[in-house]
Amino acid sequence: MMYGYAWDTSTPLTFALSILPILGIGLMVTLKAAAVGYAIALVFGLVLALLRRSRIKAISWTVACFTEFVRDTPLLVQLFFLYYVLPEFGIILPAFMTGALALGLQYSAYTSEVYRGGINAVPRGQWEAATALNLSRLQTYRDIVVPQMIPRIVPALGNYLVSMLKETPVLSVVTVLDMLGLANMIGERTFDYLVPLSMVGLIFLPMTLICSALIFAIERALPKSGIPLR
Amino acid sequence: MTWTQYLMPLLKGAQVTVTISLASIAIGAVLAFAAGIARTSSNRFLSGIAFAYIVLFRGTPLLVQLFWFYYALPLIGISFDPVTTGIMVLSLLTGAFGAEVVRGALLSVPPSQLEAARALNFSKTYTLWHISMPQAVIEMMPAFGNLAIQNLKDTALVSLISIADLTFQAQSLRNITLDSATVYTLTLIGYFLIALCLMFAMRFIEMKLRRGPAFPRSAHS
Amino acid sequence: MNPIIRFENVTKRFGALTVLDNFNFEVQRGEKVTLIGPSGSGKSTVLRILMTLEPFQDGHLELDGTSYHEPNGRGPFKASEKHLHKIRCSVGMVFQSFNLFPHMTVLRNVVEAPVAVLKMKRDEAESRAIELLRMVGLSDKKDQFPSQLSGGQQQRVAIARALAMRPRVLLFDEPTSALDPQLVGEVLGVIRDLAHEHDLTMLLVTHEMRFAREVSDRVCFFDKGRIVEQGDPERFFSNPQQPRTREFLSSILGDQEPVRESLRCAL
Ligand SMILES: Nc1ncnc2c1ncn2[C@@H]1O[C@H](COP(=O)(O)OP(=O)(O)OP(=O)(O)O)[C@@H](O)[C@H]1O
Ligand SMILES: [Mg+2]
Repeated sequence: MMYGYAWDTSTPLTFALSILPILGIGLMVTLKAAAVGYAIALVFGLVLALLRRSRIKAISWTVACFTEFVRDTPLLVQLFFLYYVLPEFGIILPAFMTGALALGLQYSAYTSEVYRGGINAVPRGQWEAATALNLSRLQTYRDIVVPQMIPRIVPALGNYLVSMLKETPVLSVVTVLDMLGLANMIGERTFDYLVPLSMVGLIFLPMTLICSALIFAIERALPKSGIPLR
Repeated sequence: MTWTQYLMPLLKGAQVTVTISLASIAIGAVLAFAAGIARTSSNRFLSGIAFAYIVLFRGTPLLVQLFWFYYALPLIGISFDPVTTGIMVLSLLTGAFGAEVVRGALLSVPPSQLEAARALNFSKTYTLWHISMPQAVIEMMPAFGNLAIQNLKDTALVSLISIADLTFQAQSLRNITLDSATVYTLTLIGYFLIALCLMFAMRFIEMKLRRGPAFPRSAHS
Repeated sequence: MNPIIRFENVTKRFGALTVLDNFNFEVQRGEKVTLIGPSGSGKSTVLRILMTLEPFQDGHLELDGTSYHEPNGRGPFKASEKHLHKIRCSVGMVFQSFNLFPHMTVLRNVVEAPVAVLKMKRDEAESRAIELLRMVGLSDKKDQFPSQLSGGQQQRVAIARALAMRPRVLLFDEPTSALDPQLVGEVLGVIRDLAHEHDLTMLLVTHEMRFAREVSDRVCFFDKGRIVEQGDPERFFSNPQQPRTREFLSSILGDQEPVRESLRCAL
């Protein structure tokens, strides 16, 4: 019994169906974690990418090292780091927020590379033309660079959303009751892990497939007219 | 306990991490070639099986796979020790991602090369191994490098099925010393150093493959 | 004597586009035939069908009395892979873009197929390959990789590679079109030498009209998947009958030659 839903272990099928509402509650947590984490990644990644372009060597170099370091170390350890170390500095966050923060941090390292690639792919001549037209830095980004970047970066950003979604179960390790966390609890109580764990996998599979399909559709629907993508 | 005393257990854990990572990269590479080639094969059955495998392992979270093999599979009478389970699941995951890399690289071999091979009457198998593959392997290397790093990072999850890898040792140390900041900083640095070694190794292999006049231009040109 | 190549009412479509429509064409053993015609008229398609790189939908094609289709053959080629393999044993092809294997040395490019397909012994294949490379004037380049050669040299290697399989029919699809003008001559020289081989049947697609006139026994003008006019090169070039042929020849010869001529004068 969990969240007021009792399970029925008489057959695997009834068991699977009876825990579905519980897993549904976990699914909401999973989706929320991915949403918050992704929002952090999109924003913080952009900050990193812009800092990376700073003319001050110390800043761009530090940011480059930081990004590389975050990219090449495991999410789980970063999560432990935040979960145990932040409170030592008086920052006490709920487990869910710590988890979303860890996800966001790891993926901001990825997204910053995507942004950077997108900015770098805008030909030098475009910047020079903007300067020649006396556009301000803001105008250059807003009217010239960003519109050309979008079709280049959206597919990559989308793929990272799917990857992030698949990494959310790691949050269950720090007591977040997402789908996997709940499935494990059900497993512990009923001594049957097979059904709940299989259910989690079976729910993830169509979810990631649909997400990938959606991203593919968005990618195709984006206006690309006149922007050479390769 | 000072931070230097943390190094011994962490190094022991790092050794386990490296072993598991290298083993699953190697097995994963074999799986990647098998499934990637099967995907491009005209045999519907083979290509279907490969497709199902790739979708299943790419579409579900690693941690779920790991728990499934570790907690759920024994319930239907199939059980392995933790290290075997860890290597097996990581290999299957790396293989599924690698298969798409292999497939993509094989498809990127110019059709004109295949036509030339056909005009010279090479069999399909011969063309695959002697014409397509040598050209495709070079294309695969950068992506394989990324997969190797991803694999290394993924190994951290095996600590959750009680394998005494680097992350597991870090957890134990923290539980004893409560010195979270030092322990996890050292651990992160440890992973980073291993990742750097892995990156250099992959670059080295790529350079070896690319050396000589056969492939003068980079993959991106 | 039976023709070595016989197209009988062959129809070839790419989706809705019909490239060859009831195409009839014969080539005699040892004959050197040049196909000329505007872009998109289906010249390459004829060669590619002969090389079994493209299937065709209707009609009948024979190579030396062997039909391309098998009576109960399946798939787009209506023939088993084994049957296609047998047909390809008699045909070789030289491509516009050479298509050498970039990861193999020049020698291996030539040796690979005789060893792997004809099961020739490696030493034997190598000495034959060196012989062929000498013939195309490249025996000193045998240990280089294709990327280290000029286009003309690559194409000559490609010719040696095709010859190493001892084809009875050799197809050339615009063998000099991808070359810088100053490299065209060396490749044409090799093909000219080959044209003296009595047993070898040659089918050549080219835009080099002077060369076509020189080496071929017959010139065929292709337009919209049909042979509009064909005949002995002397007569064909000096006195074309069809208006369409005249138009094409003047667009190629009439326009280009004076330009070259005037350039030469200017220099
Ligand atoms: N794979 C294909 N798919 C669809 N259409 C094709 C394909 N290959 C050729 N075609 C079309 O078939 C027609 C004949 O092509 P083909 O290559 O035989 O012409 P060609 O006479 O060799 O011209 P060129 O001088 O340009 O080489 C063209 O209209 C071409 O667009
Ligand atoms: Mg052509």
